[in-house]
Amino acid sequence: MWNTIWLTFHKFASPKHFYALSGRLVPWLGALTLLLLLSGLYLGLFVAPPDYQQGQSYRIMFVHVPSAWMSLFVYTFMAVLSGIFLIWNIKLADVMIRSSAALGASFTFLALATGSLWGKPMWGAWWVWDARLTSELILLFLYLGYMALVAAVEDPRSAGRAGAVLLLVGVVNIPIIHYSVEWWNTLHQGPTVTKFDKPSIHPSMLWPLLLMAGAFQFYYFTVSLIRARAEVLERERRSEWVRELIASQSKG
Amino acid sequence: MVQVFWALLRRDLLLAFRHRGELLNPLLFFSLVVTLFPLGVSPEPSVLKTMAPGVIWIAVLLAGLFSLEGLFRSDFEDGTLEQMVLSPFPLAWLVVAKVAAHWIVTALPMLLLAPLLGLFLALPLEGIRVLEWTLLAGTPFLSLVGSVGVALTVGLRRGGMLLTLIVMPLYVPLLIFATQAVTSAVAGLPYDGALDFLLALFFLSLTLAPFATASALRISLS
Repeated sequence: MWNTIWLTFHKFASPKHFYALSGRLVPWLGALTLLLLLSGLYLGLFVAPPDYQQGQSYRIMFVHVPSAWMSLFVYTFMAVLSGIFLIWNIKLADVMIRSSAALGASFTFLALATGSLWGKPMWGAWWVWDARLTSELILLFLYLGYMALVAAVEDPRSAGRAGAVLLLVGVVNIPIIHYSVEWWNTLHQGPTVTKFDKPSIHPSMLWPLLLMAGAFQFYYFTVSLIRARAEVLERERRSEWVRELIASQSKG
Repeated sequence: MVQVFWALLRRDLLLAFRHRGELLNPLLFFSLVVTLFPLGVSPEPSVLKTMAPGVIWIAVLLAGLFSLEGLFRSDFEDGTLEQMVLSPFPLAWLVVAKVAAHWIVTALPMLLLAPLLGLFLALPLEGIRVLEWTLLAGTPFLSLVGSVGVALTVGLRRGGMLLTLIVMPLYVPLLIFATQAVTSAVAGLPYDGALDFLLALFFLSLTLAPFATASALRISLS
């Protein structure tokens, strides 16, 4: 039983199967992303009422909050993949980590940029040394540090492994960094969605937010799969199946 | 196990004392960075006093990091590191010995120099006392976490800048708690909470970092 699961798992984690499977998945994921994005944007920009305190400018939240969530999700996901890569030596995990890093960094940057745009009218400053802003900035540095390390190591195999160790060290540190910064200084408004009792956000604003969060999530899966497919092709360029694939495509 | 620890510690200390000139460099760097701040910001004692903990700690972080860069280098170049990886003793244990030797050679002198620099920056005596405690509890964390970064970058040609990039974000909690403790002490507030956090960070890094460093060394050597 366990063995069959293990075998199917390995089969799907093999580059060839991954390439075929992801090729079939990507259009669906892309369509779903588009659907969620359009409905979320419509509900968020046209249907949801203006906030009684913040007026129209709160609407940037529909981009800001999902990107902040994604910035954390992608890092955690990369760390989990690092564990898989280091323990079971599944190369596909490394491929996925590599294709995720730049996306995660972009989400982090987007969260910072939109937060800054929102902060100017609300707090009266482009940047304040608030706890969450600061830990988001440090998260950006963690992403960039990972990318710099991977780019600096020449041998691709040890680059992936070194990066994986760094990600695991980083993921142990993220909660410590987050809480230390929180105690240091905070100005940011408290969480409004994940409070354990009823969320203190009206459904007409919550729905577009959740739709946008879904859209960002599927956007990430779509784009990281596309990037991973390209990476797989490059890594396996000397293997038989890639040659066949290229031959069949150049013919047809 | 204990013997190999002492042997490695002794060897590293001996090596360090044979290059006495290099021992001074981190200290000079440390004092120079601290000296630049009054010149660049303001020589006003009230201003100096508020920024003293941060300035001293940032200088310690930079000096510690730049000196850590050489932690494995000579061993990497002459092949000793490979022998350590192949030896029957657990690599993480050997890493602890090497980091301890490095701490004695670089962090301890900074600990002794820090009160003097504290006086330069108009830090009151109570603040200097607590600064010493934070340095004592915090610098081992600096060395242990730094060793992971050094192990990851040891084989690279220009590892120095990269090391700073990947390790500095991890030092944020250290900087926050250490400066908070000193600032509270100067203001006459309780500071033992922040000190306890520094100790917690130290023990956490002592139990986890050597293993990360060991696996990073194996990757860098493969």
